[in-house]
Formats: sequence, C-alpha cells, structure tokens
Amino acid sequence: MSAVKGERAVPAPQAGHAATLNRRRLLNTRGWTFLLVLAAVAVGVPWLNATGALPDYAVSLVGKYLCFALLAIALDLLWGYCGILSLGHAAFFALGGYAMGMHLMREIGDRGVYANPDLPDFMVFLNWQELPWFWSGFDMFWFAALMALFVPGLLAFVFGWFAFRSRVTGVYLSIITQAMTYALMLAFFRNEMGFGGNNGLTDFKDVLGFDLASQETRTGLMVLSAIAVAIGFLICRAVVISKAGKVIVGIRDAESRMRFLGYRVEGYKLFVFVLSAMLAGLAGALYTPQVGIINPGEFSPANSIEVVIWVALGGRGTLVGAAIGAVIVAAAKTVLTGLFPEAWLFVLGGMFVFVTIFMPRGVLGVWDAMVDGMWQTRGMDPRERRLAS
Amino acid sequence: MNLLVLDGVTRSFDGFKAINGLTLTVDPGELRAIIGPNGAGKTTMMDIVTGKTRPDGGIVRFDGHDMSKTDEAGSARLGIGRKFQKPTVFETHTVEDNLLLSLRDNRSVFGTLFSKTDHAARIAELLALIRLEDRRLDLAADLSHGQKQWLEIGMLLAQDPKLLLVDEPAAGMTDEETARTAALLRDLAGDHAVIVVEHDMEFVRALDCKVTVLHQGSVLAEGPLDTVSANEQVIEVYLGR
Amino acid sequence: MLRVIRSVITCVGLLQMFMLVPAYGQTSGETSVRDEISQLAEADFDGIADVITSLAATGDPTVAPVLHALRAGDIYWRKSDQLVVRAEKIPKRMLRLLDPLTGAVIDEVKKRKVSKVKVNNTLRRTIDTALGNLTLRSPDRIVRLDAAAQLFKNRDPDTLPILDAALAAETDDDVAAAMREARAAILLQDAETSPSDARTAIEMMIERGDSDARNVLAGYAPKNAALSLAAEEGIATIDRSLRLWSYAQNVWQGLSLGSVLLLAAIGLAITFGVMGVINMAHGELVMIGAYTTFVVQEFIRTSAPYLFDMSLFIAAPLAFLTAGLVGICIERGVVRFLYGRPLETLLATWGVSLILQQAVRSIFGPNNREVGNPSFMSGAFELGGLTITWNRLWIILFALAVFVFLLFVMRRTMLGLQMRAVTQNRAMAANMGIRTGWVDAMTFGLGAGIAGLAGVALSQIDNVSPNLGQSYIVDSFMVVVFGGAGNLWGALAGAFTLGIANKFLEPFSGAVLAKVLVLIFIILFIQKRPRGLFALKGRAVEA
Repeated sequence: MSAVKGERAVPAPQAGHAATLNRRRLLNTRGWTFLLVLAAVAVGVPWLNATGALPDYAVSLVGKYLCFALLAIALDLLWGYCGILSLGHAAFFALGGYAMGMHLMREIGDRGVYANPDLPDFMVFLNWQELPWFWSGFDMFWFAALMALFVPGLLAFVFGWFAFRSRVTGVYLSIITQAMTYALMLAFFRNEMGFGGNNGLTDFKDVLGFDLASQETRTGLMVLSAIAVAIGFLICRAVVISKAGKVIVGIRDAESRMRFLGYRVEGYKLFVFVLSAMLAGLAGALYTPQVGIINPGEFSPANSIEVVIWVALGGRGTLVGAAIGAVIVAAAKTVLTGLFPEAWLFVLGGMFVFVTIFMPRGVLGVWDAMVDGMWQTRGMDPRERRLAS
Repeated sequence: MNLLVLDGVTRSFDGFKAINGLTLTVDPGELRAIIGPNGAGKTTMMDIVTGKTRPDGGIVRFDGHDMSKTDEAGSARLGIGRKFQKPTVFETHTVEDNLLLSLRDNRSVFGTLFSKTDHAARIAELLALIRLEDRRLDLAADLSHGQKQWLEIGMLLAQDPKLLLVDEPAAGMTDEETARTAALLRDLAGDHAVIVVEHDMEFVRALDCKVTVLHQGSVLAEGPLDTVSANEQVIEVYLGR
Repeated sequence: MLRVIRSVITCVGLLQMFMLVPAYGQTSGETSVRDEISQLAEADFDGIADVITSLAATGDPTVAPVLHALRAGDIYWRKSDQLVVRAEKIPKRMLRLLDPLTGAVIDEVKKRKVSKVKVNNTLRRTIDTALGNLTLRSPDRIVRLDAAAQLFKNRDPDTLPILDAALAAETDDDVAAAMREARAAILLQDAETSPSDARTAIEMMIERGDSDARNVLAGYAPKNAALSLAAEEGIATIDRSLRLWSYAQNVWQGLSLGSVLLLAAIGLAITFGVMGVINMAHGELVMIGAYTTFVVQEFIRTSAPYLFDMSLFIAAPLAFLTAGLVGICIERGVVRFLYGRPLETLLATWGVSLILQQAVRSIFGPNNREVGNPSFMSGAFELGGLTITWNRLWIILFALAVFVFLLFVMRRTMLGLQMRAVTQNRAMAANMGIRTGWVDAMTFGLGAGIAGLAGVALSQIDNVSPNLGQSYIVDSFMVVVFGGAGNLWGALAGAFTLGIANKFLEPFSGAVLAKVLVLIFIILFIQKRPRGLFALKGRAVEA
C-alpha cells in the first residue's frame, strides 16, 4: 500500500517542546470550504431553478450526484483510511435503496394498476396472496429509514465479522466483496425473493405525503441529500481525526505492528466497515426516491468498481476528494452518454488506467503537490501552509 | 517463578518440524540471547510466544497465562512486546503519533474513538530517550533506517512490556548505534525481561548474558557465551561454518 | 360402446391389411390411395376412421405424411369440387392448398372456401396406431425402432395383434427387443394378462429401467393384487437405478460446468496465481478468443466452406496468439507500472476490460454473434442412462488438454523455469541474467493466450457477445480463490468441485440460487482457509 499522506498533524513551530499533543481540528480550511460549497449548492440550485436558469431535471440530477458523493465518502473512509478495498459497496447502497423503495411501494397503496391496498403490483401479478413477513413494518417511514441503515450495517457486520476474523485481506477480500454483491444481484433478480425481480421497485407516488413528481419535493430531496453529505462528511472526519482514526490508518500501513501493540484489528475494521456500509445505505435511501426506481442492476459488480474510481480520481484518504471525484465522474457520464454513448466506456476505462498509473493520489493529491510546490518556490516550508489550514 | 515457560513445544508446517520439543525458561528481568542457524526455529518460537502461531503440542505459559490460545493483541496486552527485524513503524503517522498509539491505554474501538488523554509528558520523555525530540512532528516515513529502529524501540518501551522480544536489533545499524543498542538492552533488563535473537556474535558478546543455541527446533546448548561457543556440537552446526 | 366397436373395426381392418399385403415396399398404386383420400370429403368420424384404416392397409409409405397432416388438422376439402387437400396458413386469412401426397401447390383461397376434415381424440389414437403399424414393418429399421417406441408410449391394447405379427416377422435383434418391450408394456396395461406373462413383462420393465418403464409398472401395480408386490419391487429397483443415473448425470453436468470454469480460470491461475497480478480484463481476453473464432468461421463461410469442420483447429492457435498479444500489450502498457500494488492493478485492468468490451461492441455490434458447431461437436449419444452431448465431451477433453499443456510449460520448459525463478526471487533471477521484464510479459501473455483458448471453447456453448467475459470473471476468480492461488492443481480441483457442487444443488434450489449458495459457501470457506484448498502453508506465505 503506497503511503497516502493527505491530511496530517499540523506542526506547531516550536512543536518539539510542546506540552500538549497536536490535535487536528474537526474542520480545517478544506472542510469549511466543502461545507460552504454544499450549502451553496443546496441554496443556489433551487434558486437558479426558480429563476429558470436551470431546468427542472437538473435539480434531481444534482440530488443524484450528492447521493453518489456520500457513497464515495463512505468508501473513502474504508479504503482511503483503512486500506480495505470493497468491491461490493454498491450492495450496501442498493440495500438502502431497496429499504426506501419498499416503503415507497407501500405508500402507493391502492393507487397501483391492480388497486390492491396491501400488495404491490408485482406481487398481485405473481399471484401472491399476502405480504411476505419481511415487508411488514415498511409501511411506516421511520421503520424503513431505520432499515435503510440497519440492513446494510447488519450485512457488513456479518460479512466483516467472518472475513476479518479469519484475516482475509487485500485482494482476496476485494474479490469476495465482489462475489457478495454478485450473489445479491443474482438473488434480487429472482421473482421469488419478493423484491420485484428484474423490474425492481418503481412507479412510486409520494413520500410522507409529498408528491414525488412535484418539483418542490424533488428540490427538498436534493437539499436533504446535501445535508446528508455534510453529516456523513462530519462523521467520517470525526472518526478520522480521533485516536481511533490513527489506529485505523496504522492498520492500513502496518497491520501486524498494530496487533503486536495490542489492538484488536478486527474490531476496528469491523467498525469502519459497518459505519461505511450504513452511510452507503443512507445514500441509497436518498437515491431511490430521486431517480424513481431501484432494481437489481444497482447490485452489479461494475457499479461497485465505478465507486472506487470516483474515490481514486478525487484522491483517496481525503474524504472531500472522494466527493469531488464522484461528482466529476457522474457528471462526465451524464454528458458523455448523452453526446457520444459509444465513447463513455472508453473514457471510463481510460480513466481507471490513467488515474492508477499517473495520478495515484488523485485530483486533490495533484492539487496539494502543486500548492506545496508554489510555497516552496517562494522559499517557504509547505508544512506551514497546512498549519494555516 | 519463571516469567516465560516453554515445555516440549512442537509445531510443524507441512510435515517439517519447525519447532521440535523446545523447552526454555526465562526469568523476570532476565536478558537472554538466542542464536542459531537459519531454519533453527527462532522466528517460529517468537511467533508461538506472541500468539501469532499456535503450537501443535507442549506448554507455553507467560506470567501464569496459557499462551497457546491467545492472539497477538492478547499477548501484547499481557505484556509482551515484539520488535521485528525490519523496522515496522507507522510511516504515515508522525513520530509522536507512533508513540501515542503505543502507550498503555484503552485499546478498544470506542475507547480510542473518544480518547481525550494525550500523554504529552510521557511522550516527551520517550522522545528524549530515543533522541528524536527534533523529529517529533515529522512523518515516520521520513526517518533514516537507524532512526526508525530507535522509534520502534521507543514504541516498545511505551508499551512497558514485561517481556521484550527483539529480532536482530543490530541489523542495519552503524557500529556506534549498535553499541548504544546493546547498552540500552542491558539497561532494560532488570525492569523487563528481554529475549534477543541475533546473528552478530560481537553484539551477543556485548550483551554479556546467558545464551541459548537453537538447532532444528530444539535447544542444542545453553549457558554463557564462552561455554556455549566451546561446545563441540555448536561449533559443528553453527559456529564452525 | 361406440368406441369399442370402432376399435374392433379398426383392428379388423388392420388385420386385413396384413393379410392383403404380404410384402412391404410394394405399392398398391397411387390411384387407389387417391381414391381413399378423396373419401375424406364430407365424411363423418366413422367414415374418416374407415379411410384411415384403408390408407394404412395400403402399406404405402407415402400415406404417412397424409396421416400426420390429418392428425394435425391440416387436411381440408374444397367446397366447390370436394377436392381433398393439405392447407398451409398464409397471411390475410388465406390458405395455400397443396396436394396431400406430392405437396404441389394447387391454389390459394379464402378460409371459407374450404372445410376442415375434423378429427377427435379417438381418431387421433386410430391414426397413431395406423402410423405405428405402417411403420412397424417399414423396410427401414430406424423407422421400425421408432414405431416400436411409439407403441410403447401409447400402450394401446388394440395394437397387440399387429405387434405380434410384426414381431414374428422381425429379423433384426434390436428392433425385436424393442418390440418385445412394447409388447410387455401393452400386456401390463391389461389386468387380465396371465400371471406368468405379466411376471415376464415386469422383469422386462425392470430390465429396461427407465422412467417410462416405471410408469408402466406404476400403472399395473394397482390392477393386479397378486403381482402388485412384484411390480412395486420393480418400481423400487428402477427408482434406485434412476437415482444413480441422475447422480451420474449431475456429475457429468458438473464435470462439464467444471471444465468451462477450469478453462476460464486456468489462465488466471497463471496471472493471479503465479505473478500475483489481478487481471480483471481476463474475461475480455476470453471474449477476444471467442470473437476470433467467429471471425475465422465467417472467413471460412465466405471463402472456403469445405473447411468448416476444421474451423476450430484454425481458430485455436489464432485465438491463442491474438489474446496472448493483447495480454502482452496490457502487461507492457499497464500492469508493469503497478507491480507490488495489487489493488491498483485490479483497478487499472478493470479499466482495460471496459475499453476492450466497448471496442468489441463498436466493431462487432452489441448483439450475439452466431458461432457454429462443427459436425463432430454436434449431437449427442446415450451411455446407459446418460445423455452425453459431443460438444460438452470435447470441451472437457479440451480443458484437460490445456491443463496438461500448461503443466508441461511450467515444469518442463525454459520459460516455465524462468517464470518460477522470477516468482520466487525477482532480484536473484535478474542477477542470474534472466530478463525479468521479458519473463513477466511472456507469463502474462501465456495466461492471456490460455484465456483466448477458453474463448474458442466457450464460443461453442455460450452466446458470443461483448458481455461474454463479464459473465465468467466472478466465477473464475472464485475458482482460483477456492483452489488456492499459485497452484494449477488447485485450479483443477477448484473448478471441478465448484462445477459439481453447483449441479448437485440445482435440482433442489434452482440454477440461480445454486450459484448464490456456492458463492456463499466460498465466502465461508475462505474464512476457514483464507489461502484456498491447495495453499502454500507456513511462514513463507507471510513474507
């Protein structure tokens, strides 16, 4: 694992004689900038939309990008800081999305094609007589919202408990996480599973009484997503700057040393894995109502790997970079698949190759190196720049 | 009361007996050098003592605890510190963070998550001991090889272990550093038991302690260095070459 | 009552037929057949039955298609002149009228201009019997075998006399055996059959031992209290053997799936296992092999069709070279910058896989491409209760051959020696004058070439599309992880274990769930043995 410097302690000039240790602040300049940008998006996009400068669909599109940004931050916590490359994070995202989708299905009530007050259309179509047990409770929003966090968290806990306990690491772990999401995809494709099979869950009407088709609701969801990104970022940031965060980075860099220092590495990995999965689930839960559908395709291994390129492109181990990467790639996808559908996979593939070989530290890494270089040419210690942050 | 007891310990890998009926005791505060040719089972022995490898048979007791069922973290918590041959520090952490992570403290996930204590005084003390005061805020990756060795020793001291396992500490050090290391290890003995695995005879001589010679997974000879190096068998398998 | 009478009539008619027509192959003249056929116009069910009987009595093989058409409801008569015809549906509610015997086109008319010669189930049975008889004494033994099999299926007691007669005249042993089985099956339809005959018949059913025989016994058991025990025991015996055969079939299918997995995974065992490189583009190299086969076949189709049966032999070396070259390009262009960074390698090669997929999609289009089976790979044969298709058999043999080839390369060639040297100690190998870069490229190329060979085989059983590679990548990694990286034997054991496990689970859980269960099993298995079945053990692994 190559050393990712990223954030580090801010050296006080007379640090050698400091009576107390240097702690990193929850929000440095970069963190504040990020939160301000989020706030600007949450306020600015609806305003531009109201003035007619932005079309209606753009608001939902931004909302979707924000969900991706949260997913990327979640993966960055796991990969960038703990060194665990999950190729199955789309699974947690999709599970969160399904949990919310199930609630939205129940909200449809008797307004479906078959007008059955209890059963979603696809169950009527499949001649199901009653709601399966695992659908019960999803008529309540709070329950669905809880499940959107709990189910991905539980899956991560069970999977991680087995994997970390037996010390499956590195590439092996990546491959079995990929197998996990692949298995889930195959399972969710089956009609018998009771999640709508191929077609997934769709045709949603409203959420908490708000019409999903109305622009106000969509704007509201976008703003909620921005808030969720901010909260997700702050949680991850709090973990990263704590002593536990130092342990986690230590595990990434020298796992066996951590063990011989008396830390139970499995516990830390499990904590990060579960937290990351729950944030991914939250992102998925916000995603479903904004795109209006959730289907088994969301579990596909290719989706998970795409998340990884977001993080790699933005700069792993930076949290903010992950969010930037997600937005850049997702926006490029929107533009390119519209203009040159043939070219998109070439661009995405090329991006994987280029970033891993030429930009291992991502956009933010390049940015940091550039700024450091500028400070150095002015004869100043770049560490002092970080001191100011 | 012995601190560490190995009695008839065996361990094989794919039929090869890396450890074969190894019996060894170390007293509290004792300094002990272990030598032996490659493949004599030195590293496997340390793996077994620290819970990294489970023995197939025999008794391993440390400070009254059965070590055959514990893991690395468990052994560390019971008071065993281990220094690797290749210096292993947290390269992307600062020197002070390396020490902070090593100090005795709550090691649970939630304990560290909400940890507030910063042990500043103790860290300053350790930094002085390993002579890295001025590198306090540098990343460990930026240290020289010898400085990393010292940092790792500092981290072990921060653990304040009852038993220190040290694997070839002199490797890659300058003569001056080697001498300082030998002196340090002699100093440590008394407060901590120290087991040093070493190839360098000059270094072992400088340690001036009881020597155990391992061969094919069991003890070939034990005693002061002069006695051991006069032993016919030892000369044959090891020193003679 | 009416039915009984009619079957008696049919039976008598058929008997007459055999008496009247002493030798087969001798036609009674087309005119008489045409006369009989013309009787179908405006005939009632009894009349139709008479015609069927008479037609059968001619013993003329040309009437068989007419009877088939009649059974299928394709025989009509024209209202204007009562001409009996065969009709095909054509658009706009029109019918094309054909001569029932020669198939020559007569006319195209509106539906209402003709009337259908309707048949009911009784008549259909009569037709079946008649057809059975027509064919029971055909000069062609294959036709006779089929007829006997048909009688076995229908088990119509009315056909017994005809069958007896045919059996008496039969000279071919196989056909005679088939007829005796049919006879036994018919006898067991009747509760009145004498106990000794029934006992022999039961013995014959047990001897036959397939599910049809089991059905016959199951039908007989409740009819005759005295012999029901023997029949039940027979059923149990057959069940036991059927179960064994179905296990065998599962094993066979598992071997077949395993050979596919082995082909897909064995190249990975080289790149992942030996070099430690995660090549996510491996599936796309398989796809390239499959498309090479497609291109070769297209070329042969247009310029040298007589070579078609040789197409795979031409495609295999080409696929090996093409995929191998692409592999070498990947290694030199991407992978070599990332040695020692496995996770980055994984991501970069995934990017390569996306590019290759899209390239193939742009060149060949997104749809499935047709790759044909050469004649030696088409069809199937029976082995006891097993049905073995030739293409599956050849693929198993091919997979094993590739495996042996690879073992040979690794163990007995200079390249293999250098590969192992570089894997074990790169620096040392370089000092001894081995060009490690060249060895890396060749090793990767070898793994890629093997993937290309896998593509040739997979083109025979799977859709050749740009997504071909994606569908194998997870499975083949599972094989390598399960078998243990760095060990060819591990890949072999892993592939066949997973293949067979999958096929044994399928009957209980369905194909998709079986796959899910196997994946879960592997995930759990890795907990126990993180380094796979055939992992290296001991300290060396930790280094």
